[in-house]
Amino acid sequence: MINYYGILAIYNFEMARAIRTIGQTVASPVISTALYFVVFGSAIGNRIGDIDNIHYGAFIVPGLIMLAVLGQSIANASFGIYSPRYTGTIYEILSAPLSSLEITIGYVGAAATKSIIIGVIVLITAGFFVPIEIRHPLWMIFFLIMTSLTFSLLGFIIGIWIDGFDKLHTIPLLVIAPLTFLGGSFYSISMLPKFWQKVSLLNPVVYLVSGFRWSFYESADVSPIVSIIMIMVFLVTCMAIVAWIFKTGYRLKK
Amino acid sequence: MENIINNAICVRGLNKTYSNGFQALEDINLQVKCGEIFALLGPNGAGKTTLISIICGIANSSSGHVEVFGHDNITDYRIARSHIGLVPQELTTDAFETVWNSVKFSRGLFGKAPSPAYIETLLKRLSLWDKKDSQIRTLSGGMKRRVMIAKALSHEPDILFLDEPSSGVDVELRKSMWQQVRELQETGVSIILTTHYIAEAEEMANRIGIINKGKLILVEEKESLMKKLGSKKLLISLYRSLAEIPKPLLKFNLQLADKGNVLVFSYDPSKEDNAISDLLDHLKKNSIKYKDIDTQQNSLEEIFVQLVNA
Repeated sequence: MINYYGILAIYNFEMARAIRTIGQTVASPVISTALYFVVFGSAIGNRIGDIDNIHYGAFIVPGLIMLAVLGQSIANASFGIYSPRYTGTIYEILSAPLSSLEITIGYVGAAATKSIIIGVIVLITAGFFVPIEIRHPLWMIFFLIMTSLTFSLLGFIIGIWIDGFDKLHTIPLLVIAPLTFLGGSFYSISMLPKFWQKVSLLNPVVYLVSGFRWSFYESADVSPIVSIIMIMVFLVTCMAIVAWIFKTGYRLKK
Repeated sequence: MENIINNAICVRGLNKTYSNGFQALEDINLQVKCGEIFALLGPNGAGKTTLISIICGIANSSSGHVEVFGHDNITDYRIARSHIGLVPQELTTDAFETVWNSVKFSRGLFGKAPSPAYIETLLKRLSLWDKKDSQIRTLSGGMKRRVMIAKALSHEPDILFLDEPSSGVDVELRKSMWQQVRELQETGVSIILTTHYIAEAEEMANRIGIINKGKLILVEEKESLMKKLGSKKLLISLYRSLAEIPKPLLKFNLQLADKGNVLVFSYDPSKEDNAISDLLDHLKKNSIKYKDIDTQQNSLEEIFVQLVNA
């Protein structure tokens, strides 16, 4: 017996928050994507030249989408669960006849949906600046959905783990942003010295960006099979941590 | 089966010890009957909210069992929780949400299909209908408290927990809230009220439980509790004031009040031989005239203080 109405209540509640702030939800990724294209696509990109026979402006599109999707997934999911913890309204979620899986589906599903929408907005915006080719659209959708889900789960974990609003911003800023920027969003890791190429392989974002870029241009830093396996490993790891959180009541129940 | 029929809630051997070693609850055993108003009385930090939190699934117990209409609140949590509505002590609401959406959200969480007609009736009953489109942050404290009640009742529960419902509420709202609680009881809802306001328990409850330092000291019908523990006072207004208790009356343990104008005699009304007639005879023999006699029952507050300090 699944509590569909319960899942839907959480999902709709979270989506309603994004709709209330629809202006900034849409404007923010559109403006930042446009700025990236002005700076990296036009000003710097013309001096870099093609990478793997792909124009630099087009090369960075998958990375830009990933950048937005990762950031939004973490921000939305962590705020979504931290906010009721902070205000105390979490009592209602915990006292409702909802399983831990249903609660997670509600919050993570809404966060992933929002970040997928943002990803699509970035893609459309990029289309105004460079011609975009998607050779494997189904794989592109697969990578987009899996990345949104995985990082929304990570955001959900961060939202439960943190104990202050300041950390809600510092964790993504100090950990996620560096990983994203060093994950090959704006360059191919083959451009790095050998040592740093190996170090980069420890960065999970490399696999996401590489796989996602492969679905666009069939150009990848690592095999797409490896990317898929790594995404699944991250996803299962995050799910295991969430399951442990609900089993023990860590930071949720006294 | 008897438990399912008679008891809305059954708590057995419940213990709660926090990670820092503090024992918040110690071997709590409690049954709340169907359709009754049960008041859980205790000073601040006695364990009232901890007990409620464990029953509702917000906190974990260290050991023991809780059943709601015969359903274990851990192994059969879906059914157990679906019976319960909780109004927490703190006014915790989503400030930017409207009253309507917030109540609708609560109903959805408990797996109930949307019912605009029911929510409309509920909001009208709680005098919130004209505020249904207002953001909760714009409401007064009393209104917010009503929203919390509406949210707790949104899924039509059979049990309602009211955790310190009168804190921060003015007299008028308190009275109207008590009236609403009585109306709910008439519809068959069992109500568990935690409070440290004795008057609230005295006014509302059918049964009273007293908790102190994590232990449930007693559970008793309100009337029998007051009968059992509430000694009465006989107040004898004198024609002439007395400076001290006359020697022949010392055996009655009398006290002087109102500047010697009133003799106070404490007695146990449940005892047949309570020495009232003996006392009146002694007054006559010693020519102590009186103009009025009155009796006074101990309040629940005095009983509570006696028990907690024992």
